[in-house]
Amino acid sequence: MSNETPVVARGLVKTYGEVVAVDNVDLTVEAGDVFGYLGPNGAGKTTSLRMLLGLIRPTSGSAKLFGRDPLLDGASALDGIAGFVEGPRFYPYMSGRKNLQLLADYDGGNARSRIDEVLDIVELRDRAKHRVGGYSHGMRQRLGIAASLLRNPRMLLLDEPTTGLDPAGMRDMRALVRRLADEGITVLLSSHLLTEVEELCNRVAIIRKGRILYEGSLADLLATASEQYRLRAVEPERARLLCLAHPGVEDVQLEGDEIVFRANEEAVAALSIALGQARVGFTQLAPHSASLEELFLGMTEGDPATISADQEEAA
Amino acid sequence: MSGIATVYRWELFKLSIQKRTYLGLGAAVLVPIAFVVALALQKGSGPADVPLGRTLRDTGLATPFVVLFFLSIWGLPLITALVAGDIVASETNNGTLKTILTRSLDRGQIFAGKTLATLTYMAAAVLAMGIVGLVAGSVVWGLHPLTSLSGTTVPVGHSLVLLGESLGIYALALAGVAAFGLMLSTVTRNSAASVVGTLMFALLMQLLGVLPGTEAIRPYLLGTQFDAWHGFLRTPADWTPVIRALWVCTLYITAPLVAAYLVFLRRDVAGE
Repeated sequence: MSNETPVVARGLVKTYGEVVAVDNVDLTVEAGDVFGYLGPNGAGKTTSLRMLLGLIRPTSGSAKLFGRDPLLDGASALDGIAGFVEGPRFYPYMSGRKNLQLLADYDGGNARSRIDEVLDIVELRDRAKHRVGGYSHGMRQRLGIAASLLRNPRMLLLDEPTTGLDPAGMRDMRALVRRLADEGITVLLSSHLLTEVEELCNRVAIIRKGRILYEGSLADLLATASEQYRLRAVEPERARLLCLAHPGVEDVQLEGDEIVFRANEEAVAALSIALGQARVGFTQLAPHSASLEELFLGMTEGDPATISADQEEAA
Repeated sequence: MSGIATVYRWELFKLSIQKRTYLGLGAAVLVPIAFVVALALQKGSGPADVPLGRTLRDTGLATPFVVLFFLSIWGLPLITALVAGDIVASETNNGTLKTILTRSLDRGQIFAGKTLATLTYMAAAVLAMGIVGLVAGSVVWGLHPLTSLSGTTVPVGHSLVLLGESLGIYALALAGVAAFGLMLSTVTRNSAASVVGTLMFALLMQLLGVLPGTEAIRPYLLGTQFDAWHGFLRTPADWTPVIRALWVCTLYITAPLVAAYLVFLRRDVAGE
């Protein structure tokens, strides 16, 4: 892996006593990605992000940011990285601007000169003189983005940035993330909101109970499901038998009076001819494009016995 | 170094806008004033069983020493604990530890800056107490030569030097309390528990010093070092308690600070 790969995590494990919060997680975020890190609440998203930032020590495994390990290289491993986990937090008794001044000084360099600019980006300039203690949740989220942008990051790490926002706030936050990504900032975005990930991300990883179930491009993930077809025939039972016997048609199942199966386009075309020749009339034969939500639920709800890997809420 | 200076400056700024700072410094200023007012209102001699107590009404120079004695039991330890027990734990309560640990400073720099700010606040409290005690006492009883613990008369100028030295060695002992508070603040992550725990530690050190059967360890208890300044007030100066305080306090300061530092460097910052 080159030193320019924003995130290379290999074999990350975090256990708390008996509980395995993160189990052998590999993550690779390439430059320019808007990477969606998806999982139900308590799946281990935040715990793995904390390990990336060096906030908690992995039980085993390693995380490298642009080639540097926060555990070995300390704060210098975070050069070019900014973001927050589990919601941004500030000193409530200080104004928004004072908070940013403190963080700019902790960043060093010319960060202080960027304060007005980042306040403008998140549209908080007129409220910056007020104490953060009086800010709404949405304002704190925006101040969190502003605090991240102070670092002039090459990669932004955002943990559920739209959680708790009202619909307009969510729309604005997504537009902001979109805009920052368009400016060339790599984004690692954790979320349990599928529409958000579908809208923003090009690559995704899906985590459940601390394990990665899928990592790859969003398009590939959606394509795996697009080979599913639905057939509505006049004589379902005969149609089902024909499907079962047809080469290239797999996973044939009867759902109500519809037959669901997986096949590529070629096999489907051949099947339609076979149905006609067998004089089985059908009223519908259509590809079923699963949404990310269906894929996600299919992957994450496989086992009804849910263990409590819910360390981020418990800790 | 500049990273530590940055943290130090901001920690002082944060202290300067927090109520607990003024609660502590206010107590350090009000106690000597209340003490002087109370004694000015009653007749008779000063508290006889206290070092310099008999000569309290002879000169304002005796006031800060006598107040120092009374405040060493729990007053100044509490004032110190108020900030030392809070300065790391409050970051946990505010959830801001992760905010400052994901910038460009290392954990060691953050801890060092916090430690220096705590010691600065503690020294400011001791100094404020000393100056206010001196001024209040002098207003009521005048600024006259001091009678030393050996019964000799010490001119005003030299007495002021002795007061400065005494406050210094006293602050060193108090730094042992501050270091313990910082350790609890780092380990427990709970502000209230750390403040109370630190005060308990200081009281225990005093208690061990007065229990029968502790004579052998008494010279090495932190509480004993609060009286090391008596050495300065003898003629000639008795350096034994002073030199012992220098190395004993260094141990009481170093051990908890090293422990806290190591914990702070390695700890998991989760859910805070």
